[in-house]
Amino acid sequence: MAQPGQPPRSVYQKVQRWLDASAPEDLERKRQEADTIFRRLGITFSVYTEGGDPERLIPFDVVPRIFGADEWSLLSSGAIQRVKAINAFIHDVYHDQEILKAGIVPTELVMQNDQFRPEMIGLDLPHNIYAHIIGIDMVRTGENDFYVLEDNARTPSGVAYMLENREVMMRLFPELFAGHRVAPVETYPAELRRTLRSIAPASATTPTIAVLTPGIYNSAYFEHAYIADEMSVELVEGQDLFVDKGHVFMRTPQGPRQVDVIYRRLDDDFLDPLAFRPDSALGVPGLMSAYRAGNVNIINAVGTGIADDKAIYIYMPEIIRFYLGEEPILNNVPTYDCRKDDERAYVLENLSDLVVKEVHGSGGYGMLVGPAATKDELDKFTNLIKAHPEAYIAQPTLSLSTCPTFVENGIAPRHVDLRPFILSGEDVRVVPGGLTRVALREGSLVVNSSQGGGTKDTWVLEA
Amino acid sequence: MLSRTADNLYWMGRYIERAENNARILDVAQRMSMMPSTPEAAATQWQSVVTISGGDETFPERHDVADEQSVLAFMALDADNPSSIYSSLKAARENCRGIRHAVPTEVWEAVNATWIDIRDMTEAQIRARGVQQFYDWVKERSSLFRGISVGTMLHDEAFHFTRLGTFIERGDSTARILDVKYHILLPQGEGVGGATDYYQWAALLRSVSAFRNYRSLYGAEVVPLQVAELLILVEAMPRSIHHCQSEIVLHLDALAERYGQKHECHRLAGETHSRLKYGKIEQMFDQGLHEYLTDYVERNARLGAEIADNFLLNG
Repeated sequence: MAQPGQPPRSVYQKVQRWLDASAPEDLERKRQEADTIFRRLGITFSVYTEGGDPERLIPFDVVPRIFGADEWSLLSSGAIQRVKAINAFIHDVYHDQEILKAGIVPTELVMQNDQFRPEMIGLDLPHNIYAHIIGIDMVRTGENDFYVLEDNARTPSGVAYMLENREVMMRLFPELFAGHRVAPVETYPAELRRTLRSIAPASATTPTIAVLTPGIYNSAYFEHAYIADEMSVELVEGQDLFVDKGHVFMRTPQGPRQVDVIYRRLDDDFLDPLAFRPDSALGVPGLMSAYRAGNVNIINAVGTGIADDKAIYIYMPEIIRFYLGEEPILNNVPTYDCRKDDERAYVLENLSDLVVKEVHGSGGYGMLVGPAATKDELDKFTNLIKAHPEAYIAQPTLSLSTCPTFVENGIAPRHVDLRPFILSGEDVRVVPGGLTRVALREGSLVVNSSQGGGTKDTWVLEA
Repeated sequence: MLSRTADNLYWMGRYIERAENNARILDVAQRMSMMPSTPEAAATQWQSVVTISGGDETFPERHDVADEQSVLAFMALDADNPSSIYSSLKAARENCRGIRHAVPTEVWEAVNATWIDIRDMTEAQIRARGVQQFYDWVKERSSLFRGISVGTMLHDEAFHFTRLGTFIERGDSTARILDVKYHILLPQGEGVGGATDYYQWAALLRSVSAFRNYRSLYGAEVVPLQVAELLILVEAMPRSIHHCQSEIVLHLDALAERYGQKHECHRLAGETHSRLKYGKIEQMFDQGLHEYLTDYVERNARLGAEIADNFLLNG
């Protein structure tokens, strides 16, 4: 990985020598081999809206992204700090609301937010943990400068890619691993299972865990099945569960079996048609009442979306200081709130230098990258912001670090981001690695898989 | 295991078997149509294929007359006919897709590859290569599935549900194939025991791969009573109704032992099994073969419903 115009850092030395010694044809052959493995394993993501083959592969880059032990230590302690603050914040907004009383976060931003769930007020959860799994999207701009783009505190995805990218790299390039001390990521499913057990209702001595998926047509279905399989727990759909006398059961050929912990991979809105969207056929009627009665724990908790809202994001440094009394280790990207007159004026004036995002958008849709935008696109966003200022925020474009990447004309630098996964239960842990996404188009800053992004294996070298 | 998983396994087994049986039913009709016949008799013959597969309501919506052309189109690749070979293999694949992590990779790969092959197939291609080859292909893919599931799956509850699906479907199908004879009129002037009659029974035996078995048990003469006996009562004959019922009882008993409880489906299966075990073919002919087969198909459907009720998701 390099800063713009700088040579790759020392952790890349051996990989650089390997790249120098490898013929492009060999790398291409290995890349194709990786595709074959991914397709055979069914590691696809589904795009059902755009026609064509709905089961697509995310492009995989054979050059790993590498962190040294010191870098990782800084980065992971920053991530853990942030996650602790996020959980304290969610607990607070659903209990005493000290942070609102102190005037640190505007009350209306929380109370009038779609992601605020009144059903959660006053509900106590094991260890006071709400966001048990958080995937923090971050980029690097300098040696020790990491910027958080987004805290995914609802149902972050991508962990299967972290695991499978490693598996594929080890199959394709065993000799590379022999020359490096790469920290293992394979422990993630066991760590996740341990986390899920640690937050089961106290009444469950040997908790039954299930992964709840919206079903095979969900874009991340393969990951849901993969995680359930790796943890040896059932992969259930809403129709497999029912609530009876305040307890949740799954239907088995042997009769009903009580479920204690549900790792759900569907949004709050769809969880329980009695509590949220009445038209949801994916959820479980009565689940919220069982949850509120403390007879089942749901991972992540309902209402965690309040913490990863783009409008709340602006206050994250203050949130960290308020709950932990510490200075944030990871930076927040300076963010302009288009609801504020002066900030909106600045945004409209400097649109071609900024990145504009929808407050509730995700997946890289509805996003403007100013420096790369055409005049038409800039005009379009000017009008959109004027019409719905509350729906947009803007950020400066960061000079992102790059990582050597195998593209058509050989090895070239491409922009990358990183999503490590942080688990919170009895304690808070990060598996050394994460999902590195890479913008494969030259100069592009957009890493989303729906927008031409690929992935890399992420290595953390042991000291 | 989830009830939905059991349901998927059961229906995967049923749909693969259904695809194979449809190929066999088409095969027998094809063979029979090679005999000289009157136009009315030929039409009845092709219509019977539609009737057996339960398409009497949907077929007339798409075709005016039942002939080789229209019935093959309807039964082979018609995506709108829920019981076509195409739809059966698609449904098998959809069921398998939902549980691919519960079965060995080879099972998924076999079912998925079969679907991918038929997905891109056209009627012109089938005709170019010969319909016989198409039927053989379907039978081969079904045999592959059976071989892989028996040879790679853990013989636990997942296996029992898969096999239950196979044998419920096969029992139903053998009864229906045998009943084809009831639907087919002999050409005018030719009675029971004539050349056409003989040829029809022989074609029926061949379609269930039983011609050789028949000869080794009964000799060269094809006698309707004995054909019926072989396909209904001879337990050693793997497509006979008795054989299917024995397998059903075996797998239901294994589930009862595993789960520590019996249900209505156990009683029903045992009752049907006893009748087959101690029944005599002469009695069945006295009762009327068609009536006997209709009754069996109905009992078998009831058993399927009980299994669903006792174990599967919609229960």
